Amino acid sequence: MLWDNIDLLIAGLATGATYALVATGFTLLWQTSATVNFAQGDFVTLPAFAIIGLHAAGLPLPLALLGGLVIALIVLGAMFKLLLVDPMLSHGLLPLGIAAIALGVALQEGTKAVFGAEAFPFPSVAGGFDLGPLFVNWQDVLVLGAALIAVAALQMFLARTRTGRCMQATAQNPTVALILGIPVKRMVMLTFLLNASLVTLAAVLISPAILVKFDNGGSIGLSAFCAAIIGGFNQVRGAIAGGLLLGVLENFAATYGPDQYRAAVPMLLLIGFVLFRPQGLLGRATERAV
Amino acid sequence: MAHSSGRSLAASLLLIALASVLPMVLQPYGIYLLSLWAVYTIAAIGLNLTLGFAGQMSLAHAAFVGIGAYCTALLGAHGVPFPATLLAATLLAYGVGWCVGYPALRVQGHYLAFVTLAFTTLVFLVLRNEAWLTGGIAGISNIARPRLFATPTAYLRLCLAALLAVSLAVWWLLRSPWGRAFIALRENPIRAMSLGVDVRRYTLLAFAIGAALGGIAGAFYAPLVQYIEPSPFALGFSINLLMMVVIGGAGYFLGPFLGALIAVLLPEWLRFLHDVYLAFYALAVILLLLVCPTGLLGLSERLLAQRGGRPAERADA
Amino acid sequence: MTPLLQAHDLRRHFGGVQAVNGISVTVNAGEILGVIGPNGSGKSTLFNCLLGQIAPSGGQVLLDGRDVTGWRPCDLNRLGVSRTFQLLQVFPQLSVLENLILAGQEHVGSRIGRLFGPRDAGLTASAERMLARFRLQPLAHARAGGLSYGQQKLLDIAMAFMAGPRLVLLDEPAGGVNLTMLGGLRDLLRAMNEEQGATFVVIEHNMDFVMSLSHRVICIAEGRIIADGPPAEVREDARVIESYLGT
Repeated sequence: MLWDNIDLLIAGLATGATYALVATGFTLLWQTSATVNFAQGDFVTLPAFAIIGLHAAGLPLPLALLGGLVIALIVLGAMFKLLLVDPMLSHGLLPLGIAAIALGVALQEGTKAVFGAEAFPFPSVAGGFDLGPLFVNWQDVLVLGAALIAVAALQMFLARTRTGRCMQATAQNPTVALILGIPVKRMVMLTFLLNASLVTLAAVLISPAILVKFDNGGSIGLSAFCAAIIGGFNQVRGAIAGGLLLGVLENFAATYGPDQYRAAVPMLLLIGFVLFRPQGLLGRATERAV
Repeated sequence: MAHSSGRSLAASLLLIALASVLPMVLQPYGIYLLSLWAVYTIAAIGLNLTLGFAGQMSLAHAAFVGIGAYCTALLGAHGVPFPATLLAATLLAYGVGWCVGYPALRVQGHYLAFVTLAFTTLVFLVLRNEAWLTGGIAGISNIARPRLFATPTAYLRLCLAALLAVSLAVWWLLRSPWGRAFIALRENPIRAMSLGVDVRRYTLLAFAIGAALGGIAGAFYAPLVQYIEPSPFALGFSINLLMMVVIGGAGYFLGPFLGALIAVLLPEWLRFLHDVYLAFYALAVILLLLVCPTGLLGLSERLLAQRGGRPAERADA
Repeated sequence: MTPLLQAHDLRRHFGGVQAVNGISVTVNAGEILGVIGPNGSGKSTLFNCLLGQIAPSGGQVLLDGRDVTGWRPCDLNRLGVSRTFQLLQVFPQLSVLENLILAGQEHVGSRIGRLFGPRDAGLTASAERMLARFRLQPLAHARAGGLSYGQQKLLDIAMAFMAGPRLVLLDEPAGGVNLTMLGGLRDLLRAMNEEQGATFVVIEHNMDFVMSLSHRVICIAEGRIIADGPPAEVREDARVIESYLGT
């Protein structure tokens, strides 16, 4: 019983770590450019398809991964920012939010038109090892390890490097950052590229478990929003904690709860957090200004 | 600004009148689409009230329509006459909408979007999983239309009559002091509060009335399609309604009429694209929003203003 | 006679900062009370506590001797308390006239009655009188968001008077208003006070303005009242001068 639960915990942390990656990107976009990217889930699907497409076309896996990253950087990073976010940002939350939703639909339907509605397998690491009575998949270890390393590296980058600190300053107050001589525009662009990299990594890590299908984005997106809200929506550390917590809870609920209501877990968590702890797990309450 | 609101009403009445004579030249499918337009418009008017006028973000409206549709279908199956099911659907949606409004007292903007999104997903799960009540994924079939309005054309006229009644009622509401209070809520809730506007009460009312209109739309939707299952009331429909409101022009009385028209017609025009038509629909929406982020009416207003036309009509019925 | 407004040992802290640290003050009907003090001394927080905008951490607010601590601003407003804000707070998309009607409509009849009643809640005439009073008539149908700063400021103040309030709390009414308009504004407020018997509490940084307007002035520093008396006296008070010069 105990070992079963530990097994669930490891699998949950692995899923949660990928949620954390997607949620972190989401949070970064919100912080630096007030973009609520409702297409974030579908952002994960695009590089996954790009990678299996390139791989199927004959490129060796490392090159296909690289190609997927480049495509993500161009389409989901630069083009998304320049063609959609920049022109619409000044009109407030709503038009941009809806344009992002429409972009998500376009991505889904576009990949469906090219690749069809089947689910494709994604290359993964086979085998595993025994840990006491427990069999641990190498894949789970890889996912958890890679996601944690990525998140730690991101934290280091934001806290320790000059560029990272400039990005944080931009996120906290663009006006002041501009006065301080920080190249705000470049920093915002960097955030979008960073987000593209994060979703690509998430795609590589989560795809072996859920297979690559055109409509994966919906549920990944919901989980990522939920993780971001649980984490407090405006800080990277929170998004990570939220992602891990959500991944674990989902796995336990799927095992012990009624299966058909599995999808209700993140929703109930989301409602609960927004209503009773809107500042998130790690956030501090702020007074509403008068 | 108060003076121009009559024109929006006149334009909407003209649209409804036009729609009621169109069946003479339309195929059955065209009549169905026109009925769908009327139903979508009612739902979108509800969302426009909540979002466009009162400024409360909502992705819950698909659930309200679903509640209205299921209420009508289930009561109708037990032989309850249509007027009574319509009333029940409206009241039920009003009550649920009132409750969904409570989160808006605590959070706004994207937080509210997420909460209402979660609500829609939960309602969808209940509709899908509680088969003893809702028929689950098999849905409910053979939903009867009211006897006097059984033919497609007659039912279309019924839907248009409902749209007419809703338009007049909402136009009245928006021109009354309530409409002003809703706009105050959108523009500056703190100031409104200091002027005696009970922000709490009006926020809940904005949700409840918007939801009740969703319920009415659902009550007319179920007998129109005569078969319902959970998927049309999932998050996708909430998003679709949101697109209708924003593309038409959020906060414009006429906005939902145009937005729903585009939402019904554009997919039909793009149908020659077969598998990729949804992708192109989405791209068309993005393009529309890039050209006119404040919706079609916002664009027309801007053009009019450039030509020295009349000033802003927004914020006004 | 019971004073119109009383605060007893009012306190409010934000985290470790005591923004309002035990303020007791009495405002009599018909009085104009000026509130001065350096930036960050707790004036606005005091206002927000008095008006229910934020809940005080301790203490009591009495209106006509009735405990209204923690009441919502809209309920206080219906008892005849209104206010203006330091930053402009009009409804930009509504016309000037609509702004004024909005400011009065919630005091007319019942909510249901208003839904089915006239669309201006019968307030157009009194709104127009208010416009005339504040010299805004030519702008009645202009969008409030398109007005100049000074005009919006006047509209903001006019809105506070629409419902015939007994007590008006003005947060820096002279801020950003140009010199030529200041005298007119002061006379207008004086007239409102004398004709309608409205009581004012006025936060103001413009010393000449507040001293010439008020019957009595209190000075707040670090969340406490350090001086209370007639304008001339407070102006000369050593602690007041010291608090402004800083240490």
